[in-house]
Amino acid sequence: MNLLDTVLRCVATLVVFLVFPLVIGQTEHKVMAHMQGRLGPMYAGGFHGWAQLVADGVKFAQKEDIVPAGADRRIFQLAPAVSLLPYLFVLLAIPVGPNGFVGQAIDAGLFFVLAVMGVGVIGKLMAGWASANKFSLLGGLRTAAQLMSYELPMVLAAASVAMAAGTLSLPGIVDSWQWYWLPWQIIGAFVFFTAGLAELQRPPFDMPIADSEIIFGAYTEYTGLRFALFLLSEYVGILVISALTAVLFLGGWHGPMSDQLGWLWMLLKTFALAFVVIWLRVTYPRLREDQLMRFAWIGLIPLALVQLALTGIIKVAIS
Amino acid sequence: MSFPGVGLAKGLAVTLRTMTKKSVTAQYPDVQPVLPPRSRGVIALLEENCTVCMLCARECPDWCIYIDSHKETLPAAEPNARARTRNVLDRFAIDFSLCMYCGICIEVCPFDALFWSPEFEYAETDIHELTHEREKLREWMWTVPAPPALDPAAEEPKEITTARKAADKLAAAAAAAAEEPQAPESEGKGDDA
Repeated sequence: MNLLDTVLRCVATLVVFLVFPLVIGQTEHKVMAHMQGRLGPMYAGGFHGWAQLVADGVKFAQKEDIVPAGADRRIFQLAPAVSLLPYLFVLLAIPVGPNGFVGQAIDAGLFFVLAVMGVGVIGKLMAGWASANKFSLLGGLRTAAQLMSYELPMVLAAASVAMAAGTLSLPGIVDSWQWYWLPWQIIGAFVFFTAGLAELQRPPFDMPIADSEIIFGAYTEYTGLRFALFLLSEYVGILVISALTAVLFLGGWHGPMSDQLGWLWMLLKTFALAFVVIWLRVTYPRLREDQLMRFAWIGLIPLALVQLALTGIIKVAIS
Repeated sequence: MSFPGVGLAKGLAVTLRTMTKKSVTAQYPDVQPVLPPRSRGVIALLEENCTVCMLCARECPDWCIYIDSHKETLPAAEPNARARTRNVLDRFAIDFSLCMYCGICIEVCPFDALFWSPEFEYAETDIHELTHEREKLREWMWTVPAPPALDPAAEEPKEITTARKAADKLAAAAAAAAEEPQAPESEGKGDDA
């Protein structure tokens, strides 16, 4: 029974891991198109191109698997998996509904989630270094710099929530969430979400993979399924960042009738945030590398520190 | 007075507003485009009107019109008259790989044998197949739209003016003929004076 339960949870997480990113990807196709006055995919699958990403997947699977002659073969081949799998483990720890509706409740869930998400960036670094290509190396180095800068405000913002809740467990944080946390943690929410975007290298923070300048950075030499895995990791990343922001700052499953419909609220919040991610991508131009660094160090980090101080003061005041 | 970030918010508003509007994409092969009147799609030939005067071929800047013809002698209609000769069109072809759609041939044709058709789907995979012969050009005549209506204040076309004047004259003559019985009296008085 216990084994069955575990297997079921793992399978459910895997299904979410495989399906939701495609949903987000398709939404991105359509939302981006309509925001630009276009229609987007219209043919694949018959109805408004719903099967476009399936068709893309088939195309990627058919492509030749190429490893450049000068590349560090093992590392090069391993990099996409290292980039993708951490998000699967993070998904396992994200609570969806009340009363144990979570893949695996971890006591230090917040810590686990942030640590494992950092590993995903290592995959991109590995790809950049192992490709033996100057553009890839540039992309990899920019990725590293970006990770260094944005991990800090992200962790600080998350720490503020942990401090407010008095626990590191993700279900515990959502359990103790109150409506007034929304205004209280608003700065933290902004910092966390923005830093999360930067960590995913989504536009406008996509300098490391700027396709018009350094030809997709670390992914320059990748093709076929391995490239598809990198793309998939980006979309799982959107899912994870949106879900984490919803859990930490928007109260996860809280909402009317949260006992029965908690999972629905969680999904609604997650997808609303994913929509915002897409929206931001369509709206803003890419930040230059130095602007990117400035934004992290003199924008987000002071804000995160302010939030941390605010949380501490209010926490002391009300307890 | 402006807050920092107003521009960013405006940008978000623009994209969101665009998303709610109808997109401008034309779904061409599924939905045919609505072409404006006088669209220059292809040149159609009404060969019944062609007299092989060769004006179009000579005026064409690209020399993309090929015309062959021969003369036929018609027997004299009356015993003492001269036999007439007539031009007969053997070949009329337009090479649309050379044509630059200037429309000079259509302008210059004195007998209204060439017309613009809005038909534009005649792409070929081989450039030689873009030379279309008279049969094809004649088929395109069926796609030629009626000429657009004149502006309300436009000058009357010459043909109509001429026809109307002729009709007016006839009507005046008929009216004069109807008034004939009373006319001699007044005419006689006028002559006397």
